[in-house]
Amino acid sequence: MWRYFISRFLQIPIVLLIISLMIFVLVYVAGDPVAMMLPAEATQQEIQNLRIALGFDQPFYIQFWNYIVDLVQGDFGESYKYGVSALGLVLERLPATLELATASMIMAIIIAVPLGIISAIRPNGIIDLFATGLSALGKAIPNFWLGIMLILVFAVNLKLMPVSGTGSWKHLILPAITLGTAVSAEITRLVRSNMLEILQQDYIRTARSKGQKKSIIIFRHAFRNSLVPVITITILQMASLVGGSLITEMIFSWPGLGQLIIQAVYDKDLPIIQAAVFVTAVMILLMNLATDVLYRFLDPRIKYS
Amino acid sequence: MKSSSHAEVAALPVDKNDRSIKTKNKFKIFLTKLSRSKTGSVGLVIVLALCVMAVFAPWIAPYNPGKIDTTNMLVPPFWSDGGSVAHILGTDNLGRDILSRIIYGSRISLIVGILSVLVAGAIGVVFGLISGYYGGLVDNMIMRLVDAFLSVPTILFCIVFLTVLDPGIPTLIIVIGVTSWVLYARMIRGETLSLREREYVKAARTMGVSDFQIMKRHILPNVTSSIIVISTLSVASTIITESSLSFLGLGIQPPIVSWGIMLSEGKEYVATSWWLATFPGVAITVTVLGIIFFGEWLRDLLDPRSQGTNS
Repeated sequence: MWRYFISRFLQIPIVLLIISLMIFVLVYVAGDPVAMMLPAEATQQEIQNLRIALGFDQPFYIQFWNYIVDLVQGDFGESYKYGVSALGLVLERLPATLELATASMIMAIIIAVPLGIISAIRPNGIIDLFATGLSALGKAIPNFWLGIMLILVFAVNLKLMPVSGTGSWKHLILPAITLGTAVSAEITRLVRSNMLEILQQDYIRTARSKGQKKSIIIFRHAFRNSLVPVITITILQMASLVGGSLITEMIFSWPGLGQLIIQAVYDKDLPIIQAAVFVTAVMILLMNLATDVLYRFLDPRIKYS
Repeated sequence: MKSSSHAEVAALPVDKNDRSIKTKNKFKIFLTKLSRSKTGSVGLVIVLALCVMAVFAPWIAPYNPGKIDTTNMLVPPFWSDGGSVAHILGTDNLGRDILSRIIYGSRISLIVGILSVLVAGAIGVVFGLISGYYGGLVDNMIMRLVDAFLSVPTILFCIVFLTVLDPGIPTLIIVIGVTSWVLYARMIRGETLSLREREYVKAARTMGVSDFQIMKRHILPNVTSSIIVISTLSVASTIITESSLSFLGLGIQPPIVSWGIMLSEGKEYVATSWWLATFPGVAITVTVLGIIFFGEWLRDLLDPRSQGTNS
């Protein structure tokens, strides 16, 4: 088992190397950013000097090597716009994004798990049809539109919530719903189909026939056994939460990583984008590894070769 | 699916009438099965309506979608105060008819949705077949590439590409395709891994059939139904990706009409003119919902193993 995890862990740097190569090639193809860094009235000579100073006149493989050496030291270069370390900027914004993602995840679980359980207890009942419809809708609604509609209804018309920004817990609610809906839909379906499957097992029938209380059957016998895939998929959904937070943060002016990335795209601030992609990838890779480990401990039947 | 491709391989002289009867029966069976599923039928109706809307847009749309009319700016939909039947869903900040823009916008969604799925499918099928068939080092390398793509959210990857590339429809199609092929590669690799151990594949190999022919003739036809299902469902997520990117100003560029652009323009007027940002979103949601319904029904039809989990 340890050998499996060590080899999985060793794959992470390889994957990161592939990602950085892809980003590097893209940026290389796009041409050097020197022209963007200098004022418009710069002379040809000044541009040439800066190109040499930054190493853009070197061949591709040397530039890539230098890039990797810097990257290993956590140096993604300085932001063209702000003139400070790109990685620093990204790490500064990360907590806000994680706060939003965690809030969305908690909200998604609070809604999805009971809904999934209830619909599995009475398949094709009213609540089940409602839950199935809702989760289909939750998957189909683009989250940026949901965000706009929530602002329209709860902030503009009912004036219950602030339109955007941060500060109180009220600021967190609309963005968290926006971001959490798709994940919530996914978890509802998962809980429901797992519970349905487990409720047909022989040991459930045995428990029923010996007259066990219904609540104990559902929660202790069935739900606990359906938890393993639910937990793992839930953690894996964090990746889509990070992706979804890009647009959600822009709509609600949430000062997180997503807002930083979108602004950097408009400014063509490549170091920030590179650092952001890299940090996101590291986060997701570690999360996937953690899921694997957790899976092993939660379900001792699983053996890795 | 499978039987028709085998019929072609056999290349026996087939009576044309016989064949048309067969396909007619097949179509009848298809319709009977479809009518048993409510969501499947609803999905198909929505998908067909969307296609009709996209193809016949110039005949259906009451106005030119780009026509600016400064005398009729921000007219609400016909059932609200101040609305008129002339503009059923109202007009936007430049007096353009929203219904016409939604009808034209369906073209972009469908074109980008379908073509980027084709790009993604082509890349994914090739990588998946090679990875599963050869195994070993090649498989290992391709799977690390898959891991790399999986560890960056698709939308973020698209954004990175679009920062350095010039925006436009072809760029958008290629970027979405290139960033979403992994789904196909993983699925096809998995199926190829088990298919290559089958007797008939081993037999073909002993007879000296080339690897390419084995993949093309003996493995690919057996994964076709999975490819169809994944492709259908991918169109839905691609449409959302396209509209998200256009919403951010990185995808489709005006004056071309896209639902994502309409939403980003409408967002500015959400406090005063709600209809601007509402109807394009409804269009996206209904479209995506229809494709998902149809795709899931198709999956249950083609893959009996998954039946019961989603119906």
